[in-house]
Amino acid sequence: MRRSMAAIAAVTLLSLAACATDEPAAGPSGSASTAAGSGTGDQSKFFVQADYDAELGLLDAAPTGPADKPWEQVLNPTMVDTAKFKKNGPHKICFSNAALNNPWRQVGFKTMQAEVEAQKSRIKEFVHVDAEGKDQKQIADINDLLGKGCDALIVSPNTTATLTPAVEAACKAGLPVVVFDRGVNTKCPVTFINPIGGYGFGHVGAEFVSQKMKPGGKVLALRILPGVDVLETRWSAAKVAFDKAKVDVVGVEFTDGDPAKTKKIVDDYIQRYGTIDGVWMDAGAVAVAAVEAFQDAGKPVPPMNGEDQLDFLKIWKDKKLTAIAPTYPTYQWRTPIIAALRILDGQQVSNPWKLPQPTVTQDNLDQYLDPGMPPLHYAMCGCTDLPGYPQRWK
Amino acid sequence: MQTVQPRSLPLRLPRVRPGGVLPILAILAVLLVLVGIRQPDFLAPPSLMSFLGRSAPIILLAAGQYFVIVSGEFDLSVGSLVTAQVVVAARLIDSDPARTWPVVLLLLAFGALVGLVNGLITTRLRVPSFITTLGMFLILVGAVYLWSDGAPKGGLSEEFRRFGRRAFEDVPLLGRVPYALMVLVVLAVAAVLLMRSDFGRTLVAVGDNPRTAELSGVRVWRTRTFAFILSGLAAAVAAILLGGYSGVSFQAGAGLEFGAITAVVLGGVALGGGRGAVVGAMLGALTLELLFALMNFYGVSGALRSTVQGGIILLAVAVSATRSSSR
Repeated sequence: MRRSMAAIAAVTLLSLAACATDEPAAGPSGSASTAAGSGTGDQSKFFVQADYDAELGLLDAAPTGPADKPWEQVLNPTMVDTAKFKKNGPHKICFSNAALNNPWRQVGFKTMQAEVEAQKSRIKEFVHVDAEGKDQKQIADINDLLGKGCDALIVSPNTTATLTPAVEAACKAGLPVVVFDRGVNTKCPVTFINPIGGYGFGHVGAEFVSQKMKPGGKVLALRILPGVDVLETRWSAAKVAFDKAKVDVVGVEFTDGDPAKTKKIVDDYIQRYGTIDGVWMDAGAVAVAAVEAFQDAGKPVPPMNGEDQLDFLKIWKDKKLTAIAPTYPTYQWRTPIIAALRILDGQQVSNPWKLPQPTVTQDNLDQYLDPGMPPLHYAMCGCTDLPGYPQRWK
Repeated sequence: MQTVQPRSLPLRLPRVRPGGVLPILAILAVLLVLVGIRQPDFLAPPSLMSFLGRSAPIILLAAGQYFVIVSGEFDLSVGSLVTAQVVVAARLIDSDPARTWPVVLLLLAFGALVGLVNGLITTRLRVPSFITTLGMFLILVGAVYLWSDGAPKGGLSEEFRRFGRRAFEDVPLLGRVPYALMVLVVLAVAAVLLMRSDFGRTLVAVGDNPRTAELSGVRVWRTRTFAFILSGLAAAVAAILLGGYSGVSFQAGAGLEFGAITAVVLGGVALGGGRGAVVGAMLGALTLELLFALMNFYGVSGALRSTVQGGIILLAVAVSATRSSSR
């Protein structure tokens, strides 16, 4: 009797273990053991040389638009006509959100809600549906929203390829569609809004790390998850920079954006290699965990990049790190609301709508470090003039 | 080890027997030698101390899981309980040092409460503990998600984090001794003493043969419920150490229940209950962590960890099944 109990137990445990595991399947760049040579593996299928060149060119471009409102600025605008969407307000605006599952999205969504509040004379209803990070749910969400009488639809896609048909279906329904943050593989939306993008982010971080570290040193690359264009392009630009600088990329690991997992991974690499000479990451939410792994191992923190999250900016200043923070500003969450209203007014908007993407450096660090805001807040929220600041973001 | 034996038996020479700690000590020794060959620095006091400190949470969880398993049940909820505790702690402390101690007490109470609920549902409502604790796992995951909107909020104070991160510095010979290691030593001694007490004997008797235990006047339900409470408390302490180590995380406890169960069976404790020592379970956890460290030194992908755990569970159950059929 006990024997069969134990056997059932084992089987159940194993199947549960399979469900609960959060290790990614080994992809082409999934783990250090599969990487050979320069250690960066094959270039991602998301890499497009022309886009890469264009984005790197935008890093130095002068934006048009009000200087004190970067969320209304555009880099190299190409205007499209929107007269056919002109409609009398007030409007019902619908938003299909990929997820709220990280602090960047939390800050961004609060900023968007505040923008809606600021425009409340023109918006009679704002419908938000959270796909909780699930493609299937977002496809269903978008489909549902098509029957809800929305005047405009904003989509922040969960993953690029899977959400493309759902966005196309929304375009066919005749709605003005505004995609932002992550992209889709179709040109049908009226506009696609995001900052310069992944190539710019990845390039700035990787250039800095490879210049500041000792030549030929060991770099650990930390990524969140595969399959999202903005994250894939961050890594593919970093890969180009690392290959060019001939640094030794000893590992490319996925962290799920989780600090506990990140700290463990970094700690494993420190133990395996004695030390690591540079850390590059595709998103800064786990930067502090990486810094702590070095501190707790009694090693100096190597040159690294983070993002404009306040906990990283604070530890950067306090511990005098050699660091840089390329950003993917959360102020971009204001822009889709502004764009939707302009489209419903029949005004021309730029497509793509490329926002500037400032970088936090040693020189301007103090300007972005706000000790009054919580550690998980993002400096580039562009939210200080919005209703409810700062309480809403605390 | 004497705890599982009736008191009247004469002392025997140590030998390999079911539930003994000798096999796990042998495996541990082999792994130590392999690590020593590959990465001699690892065995130097500073890195060894830090390794033990980092392993403290899983060792404590293994001890907690041991109480439940030796009494004939399972606790699959500990991993999600750890995550829930870390998320709750971050939100309630909200970076305010003054709230550290009240929140620590609250976490311990919360852990005990979850254990109590698991125990009562299992013993009084007669729901198999697999289902009870799997349900609790899902409830906690969902509740945490709902409560936090899917992303952690707030922050842990430095006072809270020191349990998992800081150490006594400049200790002679050892260098630095992590607080987590001190917590582990104190609780490990307490666990051993508990298993040597009447309660410990009762717990093993309940796991070995609940019917007999019942007939000899043991309140089986009460003993098992208490085992679940101990497991919940162990999860609370592990959460305090893990939250301290890594900071606010949505995955602080992901998969820890399997780590703990693997450690327990690796330590020679019989799934199904009634056999094995708490020291064995804790050594099992240490061995498992050392095995992972060794895999890391040899550059084996971290993704293989769950595979290794699964293999160990299957192997351990197969070995114990062969043994019980030949008894």
